[in-house]
Amino acid sequence: MSIVTVQLGQCGNQIGHEVFHSLCSDIQGTHGLCSRRENESYQESCRERFFCQEESAVPVARAVLVDMEPKVISQTLSVAARSGSWKYNQQSHFCQKQGSGNNWASGYSVHGPRHKEAIMNLVQKEAEKCDRLGGFFTIMSMAGGTGSGLGAFVTQCLRDAFPTSFILNHVIWPYGTGEVIVQNYNSVLTLSHLYQSADALLVHENDVIHKICAQLMNIKQISFRDVNQVLAHQLGSVFQPTHTEGHSDYSRNPLGDLMETLVPHPEFRMLGLRNIPQIPENSLPYSTFSWPGLIKHLRQMLIANAKMEEGIDWQVRPPCPGSSSHSTNKPLHFNTSLANLLVLRGKDVHSVDLGSFQDPSLYTSWLNPQDAFNAWKTPRAFNKYEKSASLVSNSQFLLKPLDSIVGKAWNMFASKAYVHQYTKFGIEEEDFLDSFTTLEQVISSYSTL
Amino acid sequence: MAQSVVVQVGQCGNQVGCRFWDLALREHAAVNKKGIYDEALSSFFRNVDTRSDGNGPDIYKGKICSLKARALLIDMEEGVVNEILQGPLRDVFDSKQLITDVSGSGNNWAVGYKLYGYQYRENIVEKLRKTAEHCDCLQCFFIIHSMGGGTGSGLGTFVLNLLEDEFPEVYRFVTSVYPSGEDDVITSPYNSVLAMKELNEHADCVLPIENESLFDIVNKINQMANSGKLGSTVKQNSLVTSSAGSAKTLQEKPFDAMNNIVANLLLNLTSSARFEGSLNMDLNEISMNLVPFPRLHYLVSSLTPLYTLADVNVPSRRLDQMFSDAFSRDHQLIQADPKHSLYLACALLVRGNVQVSDLRRNIERLKPSLDFVSWNQEGWKTGLCSVPPVGHSHSLLALANNTCVKPTFIELKDRFMKLYKKKAHLHHYLQIDGMEQSCFSEAVSSLSDLIEEYNELDATKGGPRTDPSRLKIAV
Repeated sequence: MSIVTVQLGQCGNQIGHEVFHSLCSDIQGTHGLCSRRENESYQESCRERFFCQEESAVPVARAVLVDMEPKVISQTLSVAARSGSWKYNQQSHFCQKQGSGNNWASGYSVHGPRHKEAIMNLVQKEAEKCDRLGGFFTIMSMAGGTGSGLGAFVTQCLRDAFPTSFILNHVIWPYGTGEVIVQNYNSVLTLSHLYQSADALLVHENDVIHKICAQLMNIKQISFRDVNQVLAHQLGSVFQPTHTEGHSDYSRNPLGDLMETLVPHPEFRMLGLRNIPQIPENSLPYSTFSWPGLIKHLRQMLIANAKMEEGIDWQVRPPCPGSSSHSTNKPLHFNTSLANLLVLRGKDVHSVDLGSFQDPSLYTSWLNPQDAFNAWKTPRAFNKYEKSASLVSNSQFLLKPLDSIVGKAWNMFASKAYVHQYTKFGIEEEDFLDSFTTLEQVISSYSTL
Repeated sequence: MAQSVVVQVGQCGNQVGCRFWDLALREHAAVNKKGIYDEALSSFFRNVDTRSDGNGPDIYKGKICSLKARALLIDMEEGVVNEILQGPLRDVFDSKQLITDVSGSGNNWAVGYKLYGYQYRENIVEKLRKTAEHCDCLQCFFIIHSMGGGTGSGLGTFVLNLLEDEFPEVYRFVTSVYPSGEDDVITSPYNSVLAMKELNEHADCVLPIENESLFDIVNKINQMANSGKLGSTVKQNSLVTSSAGSAKTLQEKPFDAMNNIVANLLLNLTSSARFEGSLNMDLNEISMNLVPFPRLHYLVSSLTPLYTLADVNVPSRRLDQMFSDAFSRDHQLIQADPKHSLYLACALLVRGNVQVSDLRRNIERLKPSLDFVSWNQEGWKTGLCSVPPVGHSHSLLALANNTCVKPTFIELKDRFMKLYKKKAHLHHYLQIDGMEQSCFSEAVSSLSDLIEEYNELDATKGGPRTDPSRLKIAV
């Protein structure tokens, strides 16, 4: 089954490009470390999922590029084409002249309805090219105007036009200390609307990726390109082909499987992602990793809510079994999970012991731990890492950041600052209040896990 | 990409405007090596076929034939505009995009606004429509004028009003040169306050400039250039005051250096809209992020570095120095000290080889020493444009919505009241058709209200912060 990617706004397009680049160079690389048959099966599966292979030509990404101003899209298209190893379909993009001005209302209420037909036509065309449509993957930031506002509108349109397809929104959370002054308003409006239309939100925080670049990758002068490359690696580590439990072929329905394993309840849709190891490329040949070590680290990262593999708090322990598992008795800082998914790639992957992740004390009481935990595996190594482990988690990972964003937005809203910029385009104070209510509900739900 | 139109009004407006076009051409020439008319150029220039004398359709792609500025030059006396049209930039301006008269406005806002405004209204609208028609997607009008005189101040604000009526969807950025205390025009306080009312009500963003600040910056640079410190020669074309490498190779006029600073301000402001970068900052984003309440749209600007030294190696310490300087008192383009007042919002537009980590590091470093309003503690808007200005490897434009503009406005009001109490020179204004005493009282009242809004915000400074309580959800 194929996934159609919709890249929205500057961020969405810049990241989307890195993602396809990373996927392509992974399958074209020679570091599979597995049998030739396995490798070919993997490559074929990846191509079916993400690319359209025309006769003897370079693979074409299954993507629609949308932005309200032309500079980023034209750059993205030309850089991809220049790579020689893949490209975008030259017709699959939509742009305008003037941008959304970081204004969610402009993206949602003005550009959305105005350009709905043109954008959905492009999506429809891409969807038709797929033998079987596995769903949609949208990439956007929530701080700006296009990715956030137009992105929320487009997601709604996707839901209306494809009611039975899976929609996964990849949302970038901005740096805490401002990229955009009204980013908290834009974020609140985006998240509350996405919650109604998407199946799940997969979140990446700029602050976290930035730290990974600084402390794990040792990059001195970090650019957005560096950040996006780490992001692309993390996404690739989840979405490249894998075998699900008990199947010997590569999974044909990644988005569906993801939703099934991770989103058992519509109130809980926020997914966090952790991937290890993450080291500078030139250190790769000199490093070896063991599965027990990787699993142990990921588990502690999960329960201590560590953002990366450095500075993990090893003091945090799950609550003792036998004691009441009410959230009020759980030790502070313990990150309770609803559901977890591990994606393991590389050498000896079938020998891994995952018992520690099936420990019921990690999970909330109202789900069977057997259902709450799943693992996908492949012996085929990813992106030159001999072993790579990713954790996609529906847990309290994002509770604090979400609470922080809502708090700051509320603080600003109380003084009514900037609200006139939104009412100018049809988003009234009531709409803000609705969004705040939705998110407070989400926060409350996750708090009582 | 969207286009912008520059409307330069009065002597000051046209002189600054002239420098702007000159430096814009220089900047694009440095970046655009192939001579192809691209999107970046089209934001400020049309490409016309010289054979049809600019009457034919614009050429949208391909090689550059003849560039015409998207500009409207307005002046009620002919001297300045004529000089521009006889100078090296004459081919850049379309002869049909001018409106001139002979006798000037006599430093009288009422003459500029009420007399010439009504007289030339239709002519102005027609020419504006023509310029707008040449634009694929008109995003912004830039008005350049001074506040203290008659034409720039009166007719300039009349045009501002007109733009709101005729083109309500297009942003209006106004660069206003405010008179200094020792201004030789006696009636400049009247003109400025009358103009302020219009700016309060009809502009989206105002960038106030004071000649004193420009003058101080020019002196600072001259001292640096002439001191000839050992081993540090300044790159001539990097001076923010320099016209080096541009069309103007003749004797520089006295205000040229100062006007170049303002021209550079406008170039840097629009750089991220014209050129690519990893975090674009368009003009509509500036208005969106920096104007929390409609009337508080006065932005204090600063440009760094003022010059680049010829030794090429740029350690990150020098980069950090650039950020520190942007917040120092002597780099601001008005006589204000934002560091010791309250920030409502701040934007940093970086050009050149600077990455997001440099930006983050410096924001973290400078944040503790700056006071932000309680509801906007992280009030930073940032932009990264990859193309640096001519002669530099990187540069920074800081725009602050800060209560430090208040003293400028208070002083203006005081100077106004000094004259108004005595009714000095009032008759020159009241004898103009359409001008009444109420115009004055309304104008000063508008200014007082504005000052009061800033006072209220200042009152919150340093006070205890109690965050408003959040919504409670029934579980």
